[in-house]
Amino acid sequence: MSTLRSLTLTLLAGEIGARPWRALIGVLAIAIGVAMGYAVQLINHAALTEFSRTAGSLMGNADLEIRGPRGGFDETLYPRLARLPEVAAASPVVEVEAWLPAQRQTLKLLGVDVFRAAQVTPGLVGRPAQPDGGRLNLLAPDALFLSPATLAALGLQAGSTLTVQLGLKTVRLRVAGALPALGEGLRLGVMDIGAAQWQLDRLGLLQRIDLRLAPGVDVDAFARTLHDILPAGVVAATPRDTLQGTSSLSRAYRVNLNVLALVALFTGAFLVFSTQALSVLRRRSQLALLRALGMTRRELLRLLLTEGATLGFFGALLGLGLGLMLAAAALRYAGGDLGGGYFDGVRPSLHPEPLATLLFLALGILAATLGSLLPAWEAAHARPAQALKAGDEEVALRRLHIPWSGLATIAAALLLTQAGPVGELPVFGYLAIALLLVGAIIAMPQLAQAVFGRLPLARRLPVQLAFAQLVGAPGRAAIGLAGILASFSLMASMVIMVASFRQSVDDWLGAILPAPLYLRATPGGEAGYFTDAAQQRIVATPGVNRAEFLRTGQLLLDARRPPVALLARQVDPRHPGRRLPLVGLPLVPGPEESAPIWVSEAMVDLYGFRSGRLVALPIAGRSVTFLVAGVWRDYARQYGAVVMQLNDYRRLTHDRRVSDAALWLTPGATPALVAQRLRRQLAGGEQVQYLLPGEIHAVSMSIFDRSFAITYLLEVVAVLVGVIGIAASFSAQALARTREFGVLRHLGVTRRQISAMLALEGGLLALLGVTAGLLLGWAIALILIHVVNPQSFHWSMDLMMPWRSLALLAIALVAAAALTALFSGRRAMSGSAVRAVKEDW
Amino acid sequence: MRRLLPTLLLIGLSAFAAPPAYPPVTADQPMHFPRDHGVHPDYRSEWWYITGWLRTERGDPLGFQVTFFRSRPALDETNPSRFAPKQLLFAHVALSDPATGHLQYEQRGARAGFGLATAAENDTDVRIDNWALRRDAAGLYHARLVTADFTLDLVLNPRQALLLQGENGYSRKGPLPDQASFYYSQPQLVVAGTVTRHGRPERVTGTAWLDHEWASAPLAEQAVGWDWVGLNLDDGGALMALQIRDKTGHRFWAGGSWRHADGSVQHLAPDAIGFQPLRRWTSPRTDAAYPVAMRLQAGGLTLDLAPLMDDQELDSRATTGAVYWEGAVTAQSAGKTVGRGYLELTGYAGRLDY
Repeated sequence: MSTLRSLTLTLLAGEIGARPWRALIGVLAIAIGVAMGYAVQLINHAALTEFSRTAGSLMGNADLEIRGPRGGFDETLYPRLARLPEVAAASPVVEVEAWLPAQRQTLKLLGVDVFRAAQVTPGLVGRPAQPDGGRLNLLAPDALFLSPATLAALGLQAGSTLTVQLGLKTVRLRVAGALPALGEGLRLGVMDIGAAQWQLDRLGLLQRIDLRLAPGVDVDAFARTLHDILPAGVVAATPRDTLQGTSSLSRAYRVNLNVLALVALFTGAFLVFSTQALSVLRRRSQLALLRALGMTRRELLRLLLTEGATLGFFGALLGLGLGLMLAAAALRYAGGDLGGGYFDGVRPSLHPEPLATLLFLALGILAATLGSLLPAWEAAHARPAQALKAGDEEVALRRLHIPWSGLATIAAALLLTQAGPVGELPVFGYLAIALLLVGAIIAMPQLAQAVFGRLPLARRLPVQLAFAQLVGAPGRAAIGLAGILASFSLMASMVIMVASFRQSVDDWLGAILPAPLYLRATPGGEAGYFTDAAQQRIVATPGVNRAEFLRTGQLLLDARRPPVALLARQVDPRHPGRRLPLVGLPLVPGPEESAPIWVSEAMVDLYGFRSGRLVALPIAGRSVTFLVAGVWRDYARQYGAVVMQLNDYRRLTHDRRVSDAALWLTPGATPALVAQRLRRQLAGGEQVQYLLPGEIHAVSMSIFDRSFAITYLLEVVAVLVGVIGIAASFSAQALARTREFGVLRHLGVTRRQISAMLALEGGLLALLGVTAGLLLGWAIALILIHVVNPQSFHWSMDLMMPWRSLALLAIALVAAAALTALFSGRRAMSGSAVRAVKEDW
Repeated sequence: MRRLLPTLLLIGLSAFAAPPAYPPVTADQPMHFPRDHGVHPDYRSEWWYITGWLRTERGDPLGFQVTFFRSRPALDETNPSRFAPKQLLFAHVALSDPATGHLQYEQRGARAGFGLATAAENDTDVRIDNWALRRDAAGLYHARLVTADFTLDLVLNPRQALLLQGENGYSRKGPLPDQASFYYSQPQLVVAGTVTRHGRPERVTGTAWLDHEWASAPLAEQAVGWDWVGLNLDDGGALMALQIRDKTGHRFWAGGSWRHADGSVQHLAPDAIGFQPLRRWTSPRTDAAYPVAMRLQAGGLTLDLAPLMDDQELDSRATTGAVYWEGAVTAQSAGKTVGRGYLELTGYAGRLDY
């Protein structure tokens, strides 16, 4: 038995030693899959850990957080809550995201009552830089305390001044000390609450009240009773809700990245499958010998699976290392949200979790083992006597056919596309894509037989030989076909989806930016605005024909969800389509009906705000009924947006400020000229951001292209799969057909003719694969566009077929296939014709 | 001169944009009651300070302190926000139980407003959340303070007339005329109520002393701290004595009053008062050495002050900002106890800086 074991090891080592590149490709593919998945997990874990840590230091000992819209709620809620017997301590908070003109960035400023914050969120009590008299600074109207991260990032110290934009004016604040209790990663500043209300223009308003409850009070039950006390649009959230909301922010994005990682793993498994299938085929006689020498089927199966698992182990190990590097680089250059913009002001660091690390190691090994399962099973079940003879390879591959299961799988996939999301994730959409892919691969050999069986008889010899070969032994081509199909369909679906998305965003930008010049009161944050006087000044500026104003705000409709954007602007209720990229026909409300709102597609999915429904929105602390008069497409706000008429907003809130303006110019006036006039004539005009639609357009599109960069990596992987699949397939065929080539040479067929035959075979095979792949890719793209995207991100898009790119890709793949086939065949023909025929007989 | 503690926090080194103008304390403003029981928000600082001895039903002695401070910080008062810190309120509550061996205390601070922290102008009625001190129409004081360790619920009944300190309430705190405060005391308050500890209420009775003082001037620049004592004498008399110490530890200013059992008041000139340390106790927390036992000379009277227990140090850095010793003491004459009261020792844990 020990001889058998050493023989086994020799065979194994010999196989890997003889063809290291083949093993290496399998290892690499597994590594890429593991690296992607692991990096996404690491980055997200790091971001969430940092976020919960900072949220922890912000929330302190608070049991409940009373939150309202960004605009704030009436401060009289504070004494009402503070007096409740269940409340041990209540700490009111003013919160403003302010623009720092000198630093060209925003900073979150909190106003707290130090006496109350000390009881609930001690981390928000500043430490004055001066040891003694400086304590008065905790209450001083111009004193600001900055977190260590802010001090470091802005290069400030105690005694420095910081200029903050408010309206179109600026306020100078004095850095009086630090917030040493806050984590390293958090950027914010704290001032006295009275000072914040006054200086930051929030008189009478609070954004938050942190509550610490008396011992023994049931937090959840108390939160429910609060529901009746709180004004509309104000909610009570536990720290758990807050964290959950934050985590769910990036969930869809994360899941999509994880699916890409899964695709890479699947690719790895497929590559392991194709290399193992080939390698088993090569060693057919050796393996049969092992069986003949007394090795049982089970032992042989275990041996071959161990081979696959070993590849998987090394691949996964490599992948973990790569993933760690990838995650570190991504955190460094893109932040914890991979450029998704979900975690603001948080600088996380990596903390690999042992459990997740083991999980990804196991996933890598599993994928490789699964990939080698089918070839191993087949090899273990071959009859040794027969397998020792030549010419048995086609039988081996035929076993892999499972008739009709392919069509059944495809049918199941089509059914799954009709299912809704699970937990707001397109689980069935992804499953449908996977099934579609698997089904198509299974059905491919039958399709090949049907198509090639109908090929006409050809006169020329190489063509005839190639046709005969394709009809005669389609099983041999199965691996190559599957590779081409999988790679081209994934590639095509991605190209179609991204092109459709890009075109839709392009069109959308054109629709939402009709004016030649836009003004924004501040480049960032929420503290900048145009007063009534400034608005009149803008309208009266020479060169301005007409101005439309926009007021942005936020509505909190659900404590567990991010707030919804509120856009109050001038919209003609009879022709809302002139300003909004509507989906479907709008309703025109009668004069007696409730005021109209137009909602983004996300509002329909998340809140059920269907066109024609009457809905209640919390405006200025009251619940107001509106008619949903239309649905519009919004690629900018994933969590929902509501448009209402500026007049309705002003009537309900008595708030006349606006944050943006769109300007139409008189003939002859250029945007640059008008911007220059406004900069000079408007008080604070230098704070205003002047935007041309072309610039916004270009910036938006470049952001779009950057965020889809990762899909290009996937496309590279897909091409690799295709080429390797063909290479593996033709290597196997060349191996099996060495004798055939020998016979052909004996019959007088020239090497050139055999080469032409091989290239034609490869090309035809690839053409079939590409054609089927295009069809499959189109189907997958439809699922991505109509199921996965709306269910993940709540936006729709129009299908656009990028024919040019698709055709180029197809031609490239077919050419590569022909060349690969040719190259593989050449090697098989390099031996002498006589020896090739003699072998084994 | 008692208890300028809140000023320690609130007189900053810098004043801001439009600092308030504090009215000066002068000798020509007679007190009016009950109006002057209430708050005087224009002045820089003010306090109602109750200290006293209690006895439980089992006969165990306890010392207690209930204090409400008010302060008008030197900040710009043009801020229209309802949160603007124009008036700040602080409170301390402490219990001295020899069985515990150290002072149990809790402190609070809040800006006045929103009905959560208030001080009434017409009579004594000051509260921070659920801590309250109130004088009712019959003149009885009601103090109720709930802390994590204990709850005090006391009614204090004045059996004697108010004792106006200094010249009809104008109490000098230094050689300059504006170094003064308005100051009256209510000695010999009869206390009844409950002290609840570990969920068990105990009935208590005792005798207390209330001070109400308001002022605008800060402590003189030369001063480091002060020693103050208020004693309810067993014969019905009441004695208050204080000295302000300078950097060398010598007396910078002194004063006091002795109301005899027959009601006649003897005002004590600076040189009629002497504090002589008999024994010092060093705080293990701050290393401050407090003269917890003193020999007091006042108006010809010689009394030995002995603490109920040594560790009655109060760290108020979280609110008013000072570390000081405020403790129950007995007054002995020729080895015989003749009165009980409270001794306050400040400026021993580093200079009181402001």
